[in-house]
Amino acid sequence: MAASDYDVAVVGGGLVGVATAWGLAREGCRVVVLDEGDRAVRASRGNFALVWVQSKGLGLPQYAGWTIRSSNAWGGFAQTLKEETGLDVSFQRPGGFHLALSEKELEGRANILKRLHNQPGIVDYKTEIMNRSQVAKMLPDIGPEVVGGSFCPLDGHVNSLRLFRTLHTAVKARGVSYLPSHRVETIIKEGGEFRLATAQGEIRAGKVALAAGNANMRLAPMVGLEAPMRPERGQIVVTERLRPFLIHPVVTLRQTDEGTVMIGDSKEESTDPAGLTLGVSATEAERAVRLFPLLANVNVVRTWSAIRVMTQDGFPIYDESKTHPGAFTVCCHSGVTLAANHALTVAPMIARGALDASLVAPFSARRFHVQAVG
Amino acid sequence: MFKRLVDAGVAVAITVDGKRVAARVGDTVATAMIAAGIDHCRTTPVTGAPRAPYCLMGVCFECLVTVDGVGSRQGCLVPVSEGMAVETQTGKREAGR
Repeated sequence: MAASDYDVAVVGGGLVGVATAWGLAREGCRVVVLDEGDRAVRASRGNFALVWVQSKGLGLPQYAGWTIRSSNAWGGFAQTLKEETGLDVSFQRPGGFHLALSEKELEGRANILKRLHNQPGIVDYKTEIMNRSQVAKMLPDIGPEVVGGSFCPLDGHVNSLRLFRTLHTAVKARGVSYLPSHRVETIIKEGGEFRLATAQGEIRAGKVALAAGNANMRLAPMVGLEAPMRPERGQIVVTERLRPFLIHPVVTLRQTDEGTVMIGDSKEESTDPAGLTLGVSATEAERAVRLFPLLANVNVVRTWSAIRVMTQDGFPIYDESKTHPGAFTVCCHSGVTLAANHALTVAPMIARGALDASLVAPFSARRFHVQAVG
Repeated sequence: MFKRLVDAGVAVAITVDGKRVAARVGDTVATAMIAAGIDHCRTTPVTGAPRAPYCLMGVCFECLVTVDGVGSRQGCLVPVSEGMAVETQTGKREAGR
């Protein structure tokens, strides 16, 4: 492989990696995506597929603005992908709910939103608390225990497996080299280029974008960056295909464009992707039936667990290396929600060789070092 | 197309989509429908293609029907009983049924 064969090597072929690679290719970069194989622990195949705004940004108000930016760009992003690939990722933004099963839950929800909106510099994303009858007008099938909820008109969802496939199709069509079974072992910078060692040989590129999810923790220090992570397991229960009854996604429950109902949002401090805890699935299913009693007799066809990509404070990390210019991290939990930003905003910055501080400075990993900030 | 090897046994009557179907004690819903010459028990949720019982041993999920108001039962695993109301399914199941 000649030294100048790639402008950028993207490490990681999940949603974050391929969205970034697609954006880079659109900027005219010659891009290679280095991915693990089929056995990779891959959040992109197990996620819940929300394009979600409400609740984001408590503790880091700029994250709310960043999320809304992506949410607003998502429609055009989906349309462009459709034009390029002929595939429809079924992006919908009907507005979404967080439902409460007790007055105490509703009060807790209202408090979170109040604290969120009281932060200086927060963007108003128009989330409102609704009482039971207001919710029932929009979600007629709620159960008797639902006392109300919060609604955000910016929330939506997508078919995320199709998004994953579509992005891979799109990068291929744009000439990106996708190399599976190329787990990156080491990265060094030498002679003005990055050398990425894999069992299949060395790949050289002018720049490197680390989009390897939780594995960024291992890779980032090789290029003078850091990505403190705390992986977390989530479990999802999937029903048989049903006629449409749920227009608005709920944070723990949504009906896909194909009719299945996905039930999820559990959190466990575990990194074993093969583990399924029946108690967790049962708790999710029980709560789903309390929210929507008509689900009681519906058949479950699949359950799975997956590992969330999660930084230590839950907010994204976008960084450029001071010691290894040309090395970047693109690391976040919400690879679906933020896909439009990664493709349309972050990738062009990497193509230009510098992050735009006015947009992403708050997301530097320097925030983890209190003394270094400022 | 199919016929019973031994046309004996205790008669049981069920209905399929409201029509009376003669069955035998020991039949499953799926075999009773096959014996009655019903050529499909459902249409698929995605393309609407007609489907008939296939494996008859609980594996293939082709024979899904609504039995006494409960949707997506595996017809090959449910023994018939007198007066049982079976409905063929069209496309996606309706939640709550």
